[in-house]
Amino acid sequence: MSAAIAASASGVDVVVLDQRKAPGGQIYRNIEAANADVASSLGADYLQGADLVKQFRESAAEYRPDATVWEISVGLEVYVSGGSGARIIQAQRVVIATGALERPFPIPGWTLPGVMAAGAAQSLLKQDGLLPEGSVVLAGTGPLILLLACQYLDMGVNIAALLETTHPSNRKRALAYLPQAVTAGKYLWKGATMLKRLKHHGVRHIHGVEALRALGEDRLRQVEFRVGSSEQIIDTSLLLLHQGVVPDVNLTGALGCAMDWDNQSLCFRPRLDPWGSSSVAGISVVGDGAAIIGSQSAIWAGKLAGLDAAYRFNHIDQGQRDAKTQKAQRALKRSLKVRPFLETLYRPANAFRIPEQPETIVCRCEEVEVGCIRKQIERGAMDPNAIKSRLRCGMGPCQGRYCGLTVSEIIAAETGKQMSEIGYYRLRPPVKPVPISDILALATGELPAEVKLPDPFKKKTL
Amino acid sequence: MTADVIIIGGGIQGCSTALHLALQGVQVMVIEKNYCGRHASGVNAGGVLRAGRYPVELPLSTAALKIWADAPNLVDDDCGFRPIGRLKVAESDEEMDKLAARYAMVQDLGYTHERLIDRKELRDMEPDIAAHAVGAIHAPGCGHANPFRTLNAFKQKAITLGVKFHEKTRVNRVRRSGSIWHVETRDQTYEAPILVNTAGAWGDQVAKDLGETVPLSTIAPMLMVTNRLPPFMRQRIGAVDRVLSIVQQANGTVIIGGGYLGRADRNAETTNLDYARLAFNSQIACDMFPTLREAKIIRAWAGIEGYIADGLPVIGPSATEESAYHAFGFSAHGFHLGPIVGRILAQLAVDGHSEIPIDAFRIDRFVTEDNSNRC
Repeated sequence: MSAAIAASASGVDVVVLDQRKAPGGQIYRNIEAANADVASSLGADYLQGADLVKQFRESAAEYRPDATVWEISVGLEVYVSGGSGARIIQAQRVVIATGALERPFPIPGWTLPGVMAAGAAQSLLKQDGLLPEGSVVLAGTGPLILLLACQYLDMGVNIAALLETTHPSNRKRALAYLPQAVTAGKYLWKGATMLKRLKHHGVRHIHGVEALRALGEDRLRQVEFRVGSSEQIIDTSLLLLHQGVVPDVNLTGALGCAMDWDNQSLCFRPRLDPWGSSSVAGISVVGDGAAIIGSQSAIWAGKLAGLDAAYRFNHIDQGQRDAKTQKAQRALKRSLKVRPFLETLYRPANAFRIPEQPETIVCRCEEVEVGCIRKQIERGAMDPNAIKSRLRCGMGPCQGRYCGLTVSEIIAAETGKQMSEIGYYRLRPPVKPVPISDILALATGELPAEVKLPDPFKKKTL
Repeated sequence: MTADVIIIGGGIQGCSTALHLALQGVQVMVIEKNYCGRHASGVNAGGVLRAGRYPVELPLSTAALKIWADAPNLVDDDCGFRPIGRLKVAESDEEMDKLAARYAMVQDLGYTHERLIDRKELRDMEPDIAAHAVGAIHAPGCGHANPFRTLNAFKQKAITLGVKFHEKTRVNRVRRSGSIWHVETRDQTYEAPILVNTAGAWGDQVAKDLGETVPLSTIAPMLMVTNRLPPFMRQRIGAVDRVLSIVQQANGTVIIGGGYLGRADRNAETTNLDYARLAFNSQIACDMFPTLREAKIIRAWAGIEGYIADGLPVIGPSATEESAYHAFGFSAHGFHLGPIVGRILAQLAVDGHSEIPIDAFRIDRFVTEDNSNRC
C-alpha cells in the first residue's frame, strides 16, 4: 500500500494486485471490517493500519482484490488469477510485497490435527474473530507469540502455558546490541510491556524449553518437553507454534532474483539496492518479503520503492526523489537498529530448525521424514533439488514453503557447507496453484505451427 | 585420472551405459557438468512407450521394454515403472483413419503390440473419456516410470559396481593423442582409451571436438502437473493431430504435456515457459478428460532437450574417430530407450558390435558427398 500511495501520488499509473478480498495484508488484515471488540484487543499497532488503508483507498492507485499473481515473466508480464479466469497485465515495473512466511517448526508431531502455526491462528482472529476453545499451549520464540498471548489474554482465552524455546544463551549475546536497539524507538518498551502483562496475569511462562513434542494418535492430546533435566507433559488440544518469520521468496526466487543467505536472521533474501531494486530488471521488493523488518519499517521501505519508480518513469527528478524520501530514509535506518538485538535474542535454536529425530516430518505435503533426507545426503544428494527429485520433498501444493529452509539447513549441517553454497529449491511456476480453468483463458489466437514435434505417423522408414 | 572408458554426460543414456559397461568389469568414469539427471533425463514425462514410435526405432523400443519390465533384476529398483498401457485417441473419423493406417503399417512390419480399438472398447477402458473420442490405438505393456528415480537407480547401481561419477565438472575440450582420449576440465584432465558421448542437448558440442557436425537444436518441451485427484484415468493417453500426452500417476497427480515448447537457453541452462501454449495444452487435456476442469496446476516446467533435424537420435560409433561412441539428441523421446541404448553402447565399446541394427541413427547421416570430410 505504501509503495502504491507514494508512486501514484507522483503520477505513476499503479495497479495493486491483492490475493485477499480487502487491503491490509497480514498485519492489518480485515482492518476495515473488524469487529470493534476484536480490533481493540488486537491493539494500537493494528488500529494504526486503518489510516494507511484509508490513504490507500483515497490514492489514485487502482486496487484489484481477489487477484492472485502466480507468475511474472522476464518481460514483466504479470499473470493473475481470480474472478473470471487468468489475465496478463503488462507492467513496466513490478513492486513485490508478498511479505513473510512463518519459519518452519518441524518438531515430532507437528502435523497432528490440533497443532498449528501461531501466525495462522492470529490471522483467524483478525479475519473472523476466531478464538481457541478450551485451553491453548503456545510454544516457540519471538515477538509474535508474546503478542498473540497478550491478545488472547484480553479476549479471555485460557493459556495453559507459554513455552519459550529461546535458548538462554541468546540473551547474553543479544545484550551487545541492546544500546543501539534502545535508540530504535518503542520496540523494546512494547516487548517489556507484553512480558509484564503475561506475568501479571499469572501465565505459566516456562523458559529454556527443549525436546518439544506434540503427542497423540489421531489428534493432539499432550505436549511433552524438557526443561534442564526435567521432563514435563501438559494436556492440551491446541498447540500453537512459532519461531519467527522469513521472507516469502517464492515469487522473487521463481523470477531468478539473486538471493543471499542472511546468517543473522537465518533466511534467504533477495539482493537489493537501497531503493529495493533486485538483480532482475524492473523488479523491486519491499517489506518483509525483502528482509524481516516489521510493519513500520515496511511502510518506509514501500515509500522509497514507490518514489524510486516515479523517478525511473521521469515523473520526478533525482533531487525530488531524494528530498521526498529523506525522512523515510532516516526513519527506516533508525528503526532497523532494533533488528540485530531481536534477531540475536530470538534466534531459533538449531535443534528446532534441524530436527534430530529421524521420523520427524519435514515436508508436510509429501510426508517426507528427516531420516529419509539424511539417507539421500549420505548417498550423495548435496543439492536441495536433488533431494526434491529423489523424495518429492517440496513438490506438493505448498511449493516448498513449509520445508525449503529445513531441507537446505539439514544439508548444510550434514555436509558442513555454507548455506550460500547450498542454496534453495529451484522454484517452479506457478508460484501458487492455479485452477486449470483459469489457465484456459490464456489460450487465445492461433498457435504457431512450428511448436508441434514431428509426427511419427508420417515417417515410414528413413 | 584414468579409466577404461570416459562417459561425458550423466543423464539416463550415460548412467545406463556406465552400468552396462561396469557389469562387464570395465572401469568407467562419468563426467557431468551439473548433477546427474539435471535436465531432460530427470524432468521428462516418464513415458515408457513403444507405441507411436518411428518404425526405425521399434526394434530398440521393443528390447527396451523388456529391460524396463525386468528393472528390479538390473538395478535393484522397479524405477516406478507401471505398465498401465497406452492409448492414442482419435478425436474424429479422419484421425481414426490415420490410426488405422498406422496400425496396418506396424502390422506389416511384423509387430503385434498395437491394437486398434473402437468407440465402445475405448469407453470400456476409459469411462471418463470425452464423448467425442471415436477410437484409439491401444498398446498394452507401455506405461510410465519415475524419471529421476530411474536415473538414480541406474546411477546407484553403477556406483555399486565401481563406476566413478564426477559431477559439477564441465568438459572444456576433448582431444585424442595416440590411442588415449584426453577430456579436459577446469581442474584436471581425465584420460581413457575409449570415449562415450551421451551429453544430450550438448552432445553436438562434444561431437564437434571430434570433427563431426550434427544439426542439433535445443528445445524445451513443457510439462504441467496437477494436484492429487481421485483416480479417473487408467492408461497413458495421447492425441493424434493435437499435441497431448497425459498420465495420472499412482499418487493421483496428472502430468500434462505432449510437446508444446517453451524457450531454452542451453548456455545458461535455463528455460522459460510459454503460457499461451500451456493454455492450449490444458484445453486439449480438458477436452479429452472433462474431469480435469476441476484440477489445479501445481507446477509447470520445461527440460532442456537436444532435437536433431530429422527427429531421430544419434546412436553409434564416431564417423571420424576410432574408439569414440555417441548417443545423444534423443529429440524428446529418449527416456524409454535409455536402458537399451546403454547396453548397445557397452557392446560397441567392448566388442564393436550391436545386438540391434542402429544404422539409421549413424552420426554421418547428414553428411553429403559435397561436405563430407572423409576421403
